[in-house]
Amino acid sequence: MTKIDVPIMAEVSAQGHQPEYLFWVGCAGAFDKRYQKVTRAFAQILNAANIDYAVLGTEETCTGDPAKRAGNEMLFQMQAMQVIETLNGYGVKKVICTCPHCFNIIKNEYPELGGDYEVIHYSAFIQQLVDRDQIKVNLEGLKNKRITYHDPCYLGRGNGIYEAPRKVINHFNIDYREMKRTKSFSLCCGAGGAQMFKEAEKGQKEVYEERTSDVLATGANIVATACPFCMTMLTDGIKFANKEEEVINMDIAELIAQNLME
Amino acid sequence: MNQLVFTIILIAAIAILLRSFWQIRANFALTRDVAFDGQVMKRLRLTAKVALGQTKILRKPFIGLMHALVFWGFIVITIGSLEMVIDGVSGWHRSFSVLGPLYTLIAASGDIFAYVVLAGIILFLARRLLMHVRRFEGAELTKANKTDAAIALGFIMLLMLSLIGLNITDVYLHGSDLPGTYPISAWLLPYFDFSTIDARVMYRFYWWTHILLIFIFANYLPYSKHFHVFMSLPNVFFSNLNPLTYLPSMPEVQKEVALMLSGNAYNAAPLEQPQRFGVKDVEDITWKNYMDALTCTQCGRCTEVCPANITGKLLSPRKLFVDIRARMDEKSKNGSGKFLLGDYISKEELWACTTCNACAQECPLNISHPNLIMDMRRYLVLEEGDAPDELNAMFANIENNGAPWKYSAEDRLKWTEA
Repeated sequence: MTKIDVPIMAEVSAQGHQPEYLFWVGCAGAFDKRYQKVTRAFAQILNAANIDYAVLGTEETCTGDPAKRAGNEMLFQMQAMQVIETLNGYGVKKVICTCPHCFNIIKNEYPELGGDYEVIHYSAFIQQLVDRDQIKVNLEGLKNKRITYHDPCYLGRGNGIYEAPRKVINHFNIDYREMKRTKSFSLCCGAGGAQMFKEAEKGQKEVYEERTSDVLATGANIVATACPFCMTMLTDGIKFANKEEEVINMDIAELIAQNLME
Repeated sequence: MNQLVFTIILIAAIAILLRSFWQIRANFALTRDVAFDGQVMKRLRLTAKVALGQTKILRKPFIGLMHALVFWGFIVITIGSLEMVIDGVSGWHRSFSVLGPLYTLIAASGDIFAYVVLAGIILFLARRLLMHVRRFEGAELTKANKTDAAIALGFIMLLMLSLIGLNITDVYLHGSDLPGTYPISAWLLPYFDFSTIDARVMYRFYWWTHILLIFIFANYLPYSKHFHVFMSLPNVFFSNLNPLTYLPSMPEVQKEVALMLSGNAYNAAPLEQPQRFGVKDVEDITWKNYMDALTCTQCGRCTEVCPANITGKLLSPRKLFVDIRARMDEKSKNGSGKFLLGDYISKEELWACTTCNACAQECPLNISHPNLIMDMRRYLVLEEGDAPDELNAMFANIENNGAPWKYSAEDRLKWTEA
């Protein structure tokens, strides 16, 4: 693949321009091999829609979320203060996040530490682009596919965003199915609350196995996700169940980016 | 004479109840204070919706509706109980009949609800005693907990039976002169034979049985999980208005971080050590956590949806609040040498939580489990430095590289290339 052009905040700012949006990439977005593709996909969408945005690049650092959820408030606040200083330094007003954990913490927990921004989840942002025809998508691109969607806890139950990702997916002409546990009844993938970074406690099975069985029960060819951790867990779950031939896990940004029309 | 006896019993019942409340108040005094945000109107609307409207319990449509009917019945019937207290003190009969047409409504709905509640309670008892409902099982539900549940339901069943007996005999005794309307009792009256018994004696029997059961039940409640009849409304009123995944930052840490970032940490006067960081025992929890514990009626909707619990891990969100209440009772008696964290709640339970908030979403009374779990993790990490190794490695990565994985910040734009 070729390099894609992404505006860097320090450079754009040095030219005296203040971008409308900061695209907060997040650590998984920057480093996770699988999720890097999702970051690329979303950047392609932003470029296709001519959005005035920038990323922090090497100036970005962890929001402190996994530390906070694991009880390390000291480390969290050190990270948060650093991020807020950077963002306020650039006069950032609007932040777009892909990761729901970054989204939740910047939106809900940064204001009390001095970081007040309009925080937008990329699912809502893409929905808007599609609704306003700011990007052209081949609606037949996923024809004959059955798709289901897994709600990330920090997006759905946490922040009440259930419809935006569904609208993005259902924009396509597809066979859409809900899982039996869905929306506010949705089952966690097993990675939240810093579980992503440790082995699970002793039990009968992994949470991702349980959730993958919900996915498989729909008979979907694609399970769409909107969170890097959910992606890791469900991809593992599908591998574990030996169903890689039948069903793949894709991010909603990838569904759109792969079907962008010039 | 009757009035005097009744008044003495009434005063005694209230006095004993106040004594129990006094102890609970003392327990609240042990807990940590958090400021009230003053959003009264928002909270009243929430209470109307979630508590009075029963919106969250209705997430299970059938059994939720049964509970909602019992709850709404309870409200209507409580008006009747107040009337009985006034009747008892004054010696009048059906004193609220001065309300006129409104009384007809109160009496009629009270009568109908008595039967509805009875049906609901019989169903609930059957589910508890005969059926194996998974959420009524679990390590935290000891024999004592299960007996408590059955006793509470038994009380309500007897309350409804005595109320129904009272209504039927009253209709028999006064016929159309009786203030109010009692549709189901009047309809059932022909099926009862009053020829061999003195209906007046029966009426006194039912009246006294019903009112004494109320007094006994009210005084049983502070020691029962069924205390939720007192706590549910205030607990919803004071519950979280923020998004479910909002976890407040610790203000006491904020001061330390500000000092460290300003570079004055070593010169500054030592911060006044507040309490300990996080939660180790019941004196570290907030008054709202304790209110949650008093409100929990152990229905298990939280545990039933917990991903950790579903997959066989030790964590059961319900257990946290059962444990808080037990530990508080112990602490208020003698309780030194033990702690909530360690003696009641294990580290293994705490580290199994994914903070998915399915438990908090499901709780009909808006109890918040995950934030309490994270407050206990805060104690483990900030006071004991006691986190699983992998999490310590994650902390170190964030400190050194600004990411939870071992990647350098220099590589943060690699995704644009490959």
